[in-house]
Amino acid sequence: MRRLVPSDIRPSEITPHGVYLRRREFVAGAVSAGLIGTMAPLLPAGAAPLQFGKSAFSTTEPPTPRKDVTSYNNFYEFGADKSDPADYAHALTTRPWTVKVDGLAGKPGDYDVDELIRNAALEERIYRLRCVEGWSMVIPWVGVPLADILKRIEPQGSAKYVAFETLVRPAEMPGQRGLFQPLPWPYVEGLRLDEAMHPLTILAVGLYGETLPNQNGAPIRLVVPWKYGFKSIKSIVRISLTEKQPPTSWNIQNPREYGFYSNVNPNVDHPRWSQATERRIGESGLFVKRRETLMFNGYGEQVASLYAGLDLKANY
Amino acid sequence: MTAFSPSSAPFARLLLGVDPVRRAIYIVGLVPAIWTFYLGLVDALGADPQKTLERTLGLWALRFLIVGLAISPLRQLGGPNLIRWRRAVGLLAFYYAAMHLSVYVLLDQGLAWAAIWADIVKRPFITVGMLAFTLLVPLAVTSSNAMIRRLGGTAWNRLHRLVYIAAAAAVLHFVMLVKSWTFELALYVALIAGLLLVRLVMALRRRWRTAARPTRAGVL
Repeated sequence: MRRLVPSDIRPSEITPHGVYLRRREFVAGAVSAGLIGTMAPLLPAGAAPLQFGKSAFSTTEPPTPRKDVTSYNNFYEFGADKSDPADYAHALTTRPWTVKVDGLAGKPGDYDVDELIRNAALEERIYRLRCVEGWSMVIPWVGVPLADILKRIEPQGSAKYVAFETLVRPAEMPGQRGLFQPLPWPYVEGLRLDEAMHPLTILAVGLYGETLPNQNGAPIRLVVPWKYGFKSIKSIVRISLTEKQPPTSWNIQNPREYGFYSNVNPNVDHPRWSQATERRIGESGLFVKRRETLMFNGYGEQVASLYAGLDLKANY
Repeated sequence: MTAFSPSSAPFARLLLGVDPVRRAIYIVGLVPAIWTFYLGLVDALGADPQKTLERTLGLWALRFLIVGLAISPLRQLGGPNLIRWRRAVGLLAFYYAAMHLSVYVLLDQGLAWAAIWADIVKRPFITVGMLAFTLLVPLAVTSSNAMIRRLGGTAWNRLHRLVYIAAAAAVLHFVMLVKSWTFELALYVALIAGLLLVRLVMALRRRWRTAARPTRAGVL
């Protein structure tokens, strides 16, 4: 599709010389991670194996092939094409990585990402992911319940929402440079505090048993499996506890099409397309049929009570 | 053709047709469709092969529409006259639009007519896409020499101006389905808008000239 366009590789998109010179550190990190598995979360990004437990929340559906999960996704900071994240995210530096905790938190401050999850037990969570565009995957994440992290940073009594923010670093994120920027940066997302504290909600640091690839939101991202994928914000640099409902990126860009809740709901169509069915990536050869989309992406038993009495058509 | 002996002429004619360039346009023009469909069959179209196939066919329909629309301005602005091959380009645009629609109906929706009808009625981007395709149908049907003769040049020309609306609707269909603007999208919009604008300017200039002439004659 891009072949009509003249070569658009700018010098700034080429791996910076400094990063190139430090390549041995990455290799060394990966090697020692293999030797000392429990150290893995403390080591630089790269496909390092992780130690983790299993979870009863995992689905038994067959996971989408790793190749598809890591090469077909939206991460607009790297470009609007679904192949852009895999093409460009390798240039992202994910260590050191600081997550700023502020707002109505008892323990605000700048946390190193490894420090933030140090005492939390990693779990594998095999979740369905439903994109608002009408496709879905089954993804084996590795992460920690967001509730565990929130308890550590101690939400104050007045806190009602959790706001998240993605990194802004145009030098390493080509989607944040140039003429056609689809969204205002930083990308922001938010949850109600009870949604954030729900045991299904996790902060993921891994995928397929290894540290998260950059294109999937390294080093740390949100996963909320009953909401459309864009709610699961990637490469988080800030977590704020707020009293008011925080702004969210797609809602800012198009409030008619994307609401704050964005729960997966086959009965509430996107204004431009039906949400009743989805295509499961990986099983979709040319002749495979679409499958029915499930209410709350199939997690209704666990989460429906969060929305008792709420009009889901009005609060899409 | 001179290289062929008289006995091999019918064979050459079968292969190359009366106009080898035209035959080549059809053959080369259908390569992207055949190639993409082949990649789909061997599972080499990425994670969402149906969507990639659908998008690729739609994009090629748009590209051939653009090439077809560029042929007469090219000649009027002093470029080469390629008008004798415009029909082939236009028909290729129609074939790609038809394949694009077929993939949506057969593979994407799996002949779920209720869902398809709901889409056409409820989703403006599909309504607009269907409009673009529907407008191309009479143009394809009346593309033969016999039909041009039967309709007469003036009526035929007037009918085939529908392609302007079809092209605008086709690119609007593209604009309406994306989540955000990209360079590629802006390029298609600019090309179609530019090609339609050239025609508008030329039509206005013609009208101005024909309107201006009698006045001048009256003054004299």
